[in-house]
Formats: sequence, C-alpha cells, structure tokens
Amino acid sequence: MVLAAYNIGLWAQAFPFFGAERRGAPVTAFARIGKVRIRTRSMIRNPDVVVILDPQLLKSTDVLKGLKNGGKIVINSPSATGTGLGNYIIYYVDATKIALDLNLVLAGWPLVNTAILGALAKAINIPIGAVEDAVTAYLGGRGGDVNALAARKAYNEVRVIEH
Amino acid sequence: MIKPLTGNYAAAWGARLARVGVVSAYPITPQTTIVEKLAEFIERGEMDARIIRVESEHSALSAAWGAALGGVRAFTATASHGLLYMHEMLWWAAGSRIPLVMAVVTRTIGPPWNIWTDHSDIMGQRDTGWLIMMSEHNQEVLDSIIQMFKISEDPKVFLPGIVGLDGFILSHTTEPVDIPDQDVVDRFLPERRQPYILKPGDPLIMGNIPSDLRDNVKMRWDIHRSQERAKGVIRDVDREWAKLTGRSYGGLVERYRCDNAKYHIIGMGAWVGDMKEAVDILRDMGYGIGLVKVRYVRPFPGEEIAETLASSKGVIVFDRSVSPGSAGPLYLDVLSHAYIHGVRVPIQNVLAGIAGIDVGYDDIIGGVTMFINALEEGRWPLPSKIQWYFGGGEWWP
Repeated sequence: MVLAAYNIGLWAQAFPFFGAERRGAPVTAFARIGKVRIRTRSMIRNPDVVVILDPQLLKSTDVLKGLKNGGKIVINSPSATGTGLGNYIIYYVDATKIALDLNLVLAGWPLVNTAILGALAKAINIPIGAVEDAVTAYLGGRGGDVNALAARKAYNEVRVIEH
Repeated sequence: MIKPLTGNYAAAWGARLARVGVVSAYPITPQTTIVEKLAEFIERGEMDARIIRVESEHSALSAAWGAALGGVRAFTATASHGLLYMHEMLWWAAGSRIPLVMAVVTRTIGPPWNIWTDHSDIMGQRDTGWLIMMSEHNQEVLDSIIQMFKISEDPKVFLPGIVGLDGFILSHTTEPVDIPDQDVVDRFLPERRQPYILKPGDPLIMGNIPSDLRDNVKMRWDIHRSQERAKGVIRDVDREWAKLTGRSYGGLVERYRCDNAKYHIIGMGAWVGDMKEAVDILRDMGYGIGLVKVRYVRPFPGEEIAETLASSKGVIVFDRSVSPGSAGPLYLDVLSHAYIHGVRVPIQNVLAGIAGIDVGYDDIIGGVTMFINALEEGRWPLPSKIQWYFGGGEWWP
C-alpha cells in the first residue's frame, strides 16, 4: 500500500510490530498515508481504519481499541457479524475464499494479505490500478499477477455497511 | 529513482552504491535483512563483491577488518548483543586506523531478551575511537553510509565509522527513499584511500606491545585529534553531498526552528521525527521552542551545541539509554560541552524510550511542557534533573 500510495503522489510509511511470534500467531502492523513526509514513528493509537485479516481475532483481541468514532473496519469475513455496533463503517470481503480460489496457499495457510489490500483500497479511496501495479512490481512474475488479481477481486467483491 | 525501502534495505543500497567489495555476515534481529539483501545483490550479479559468512559477530568484524586491511572497501552490520560481542574488535579496528563502515541497528540489551530499539548498544561504543552517527529516517541511512565511507577514508580521519538506525521504527519501516544514480555516487566517492595495505610478502607489525608507553598514548592522542579533525570533514562532506543530491543534514547537527527559540530540545535517532512534530505543535501553542538533532555522537558537536544553547533559557535532553549510577550519555555530553564552552543554562534529562517503550510526539509534548512550566513557575527541577519516562504519561525520578 506504501508503494501504491507513493505512485499516486502521496507519502506513506508502514511498519510491523512483532516479537517472537511465528506464522499463525496474531501480529500487528501499522501504515500511515499522507500528503506530506510523515515524521512520526510511534505506534498508531487512534487509527482511522482497522484492517482485520482473521475474524477469529475479534474473539481474542480488542482489535477495535482506539478506533476513531466514525472510523472504518476492513475485515476478511464472509459476513459483517461480530464487528460490534459502534459508529463504524464496515467493509467485509471473504478474502480467504479469494485466496483459496486462486490457490494462494503456503504451508496450508491461505495468503489473504494481498486480497485484503483491494478491500482496503476501496475503503480509503486508493485506485485499484495503483494497488495492482504495486503488487505486480513488488512480487514480480506470475506470483505478482495472481496476487494483483486477488486484490482486484476483493476490490470488486467488498461490501459496505454503515451503522 | 525513488522506491519504498525499509531502513535495512536503504543501508544495503548504501553499501552497494559505495561499491563495497567485501561483506561479512552474521545474522541478528533486527539487522539480518541488511546482509540478506546484500547477499541477494551479490547473488544476482548486481554487486561485484564477496560475502563472507562467519560464525559470530566477533568474527564478522574481524573478517571485515581483515578485508579492509587488505585494501578493499568492507562492510558489515550488527545489533545489540552482537555489537557487544564484537566490542573488542571495534578497538582493534579503530586502533589500526583502517577505514571501514558498519551499520548498527540499535536494539535493547538484555536481560530480559528484547528486540525493540533503544540506544544502549551504540552508546556503549563511544570510547572505541569509531565515528558514530544516528539516522532520523531511511533516506538519511542510505546517504550516511555513502558519506561515512568518504569521511572514514579521508587522510585527516582514517578511522572506522558506524551508521546507526533504530531497530524496527527505521529498520523495518517502509517509506519512499531516493536511490541515487551510481555515477553520482562514483563522482562523490573517490578511490579508496587508507594509511597502509597488508599484503602477502610485505609484512608489517601492528599492535604489538610497545617498548615505550608514550607510543601507546600517542596513538590514543592521535585518534582523539583525528576525531576533532573529522568535524570539518563531516561538514564538508555534507555540503558536497548537498550539491550533488540537494540533501543536506547539517553535518554534525541539524537545528530545527532554533531561530528566536527560548527553549531547546536535544535528541538523536528516529524519534527526532516525533520531536519535530512536537516542536511544530508547541510553536502553535505559543512555546518558543527549537530542536537540536544530534547526528554525530562521535565526534561530539560540542561547539555547535554550546553556540546554540548560549542564548537558551532551558534545555531538555532526551536519552534513549542510561548509564546507571550517572545519567543519560547524551545528557552528560551536552552538560560537559556546555560547561567547557562557558554556557550556564538549566539542562533537564529525560530518559525515555528505553527498552523500546513507544514514544510519540504527544509524549514529548507532555515532557517538554512539564519542564517549561516548572521552569517558568520557579519549580524546576521537579522533582529531579534526571527524569524517567515509562510511557503512557508515567514519570519517575
């Protein structure tokens, strides 16, 4: 998303937060997108958007903590259930199904992170073409094409609920 | 060419553009992706270099040093416990006066095990004789590695140098970085120079027990003098880089909104970005505040800092490490050099961000307003000149 945002003239920054976790454990990552150079490096305490790659996290973690009133939730889920009744705009898409349909699977895990980028692009008004170009450039080759297609499918299939 | 790069990839690009010939590699979080990226460049044939895989950090620096002694531009990278393990070799490299550059991705030292950034590791190397700088953002990482080769290889200096970058908040943060063209770097960076080259069939002795101890102290004296001379070289190199790329970092320090500033913040590393945000907000709130970003901690920019603080009414130094039983090391240097230059001003130390505690501009604003309000109301120091910040608004003397 940093690359996509940069390519349309924005500044962006992304960073992960993890310790000794291994594949499958809950981890957090942050991104900021802005019109000018971003100087702050702290963790994001009051996000405009929360992206949730696994709906199971709603049961184990307070993933919506700090989300701004009127903020957006982008969730990998076949439905919007369980995301609470707060004043949020919910974008949901079955990224797992998209990944499985495209055989984006590694060691048994569906790779949903490129698909969810398409849903996020819809939520924050980044043109999907910029995301496709970024994914293709970042991953390269056939993998780039398949992952870009996953993002495009999620962009097309994402559904929105405004409470 | 502008590309989104992590701080670690920016470091690897810096070494690649400097035409490093030998890379020694030993993995440690959060440094590992620097040497991984360099291995990838070399494997793809994009970089004409050899990579030496070693069994420890002590050997990583020994191998890079050996290559540098042999006349080649050499590079390695490490962090935290790895830097501590190679500490002895830092003295040998500096004492041999061989130009060499290393990236240090700062990380807390255990126990307990902790992968997050603080500056304990890099600040623990201050007395080795190496040039030591810290970066604020990924562009500065790339530019500083190229610059450090030029500074290190200047005959007025001939000392190895560390380019520091904060773990994760730079090393694993992706943001746009301008990768200069190779021909720009080639014009900037001359052929490698070094005081001597170790060659087969041409033996020389270095570092044996001195028959006259005065020879030994002269070597330390000369390192100290070269550190002092490096100040001018660092400023010149910054200006020359600015001519080629349009990017200047101020040499040893950057002054941010210091004009007409009544109070000053001093800091070093990635959180300087948050300090700049804090200064802008505090200025909007009516506080006359400026920032001195320390880029080089060795050589220490005592003259520039004293000059800036001469008209200050109060100074707050943020340290991301501590010397237990004394204070924050940056604070101690600021205090000393202010005193050396006859500057008398209240100087507060804040020990924050230690062990990787997340610090944002709101935390900095909290500390700075507390300090300034105490000063203006005649309550300073409140309650101690050395204050700890545990995050989340929690302060301890």
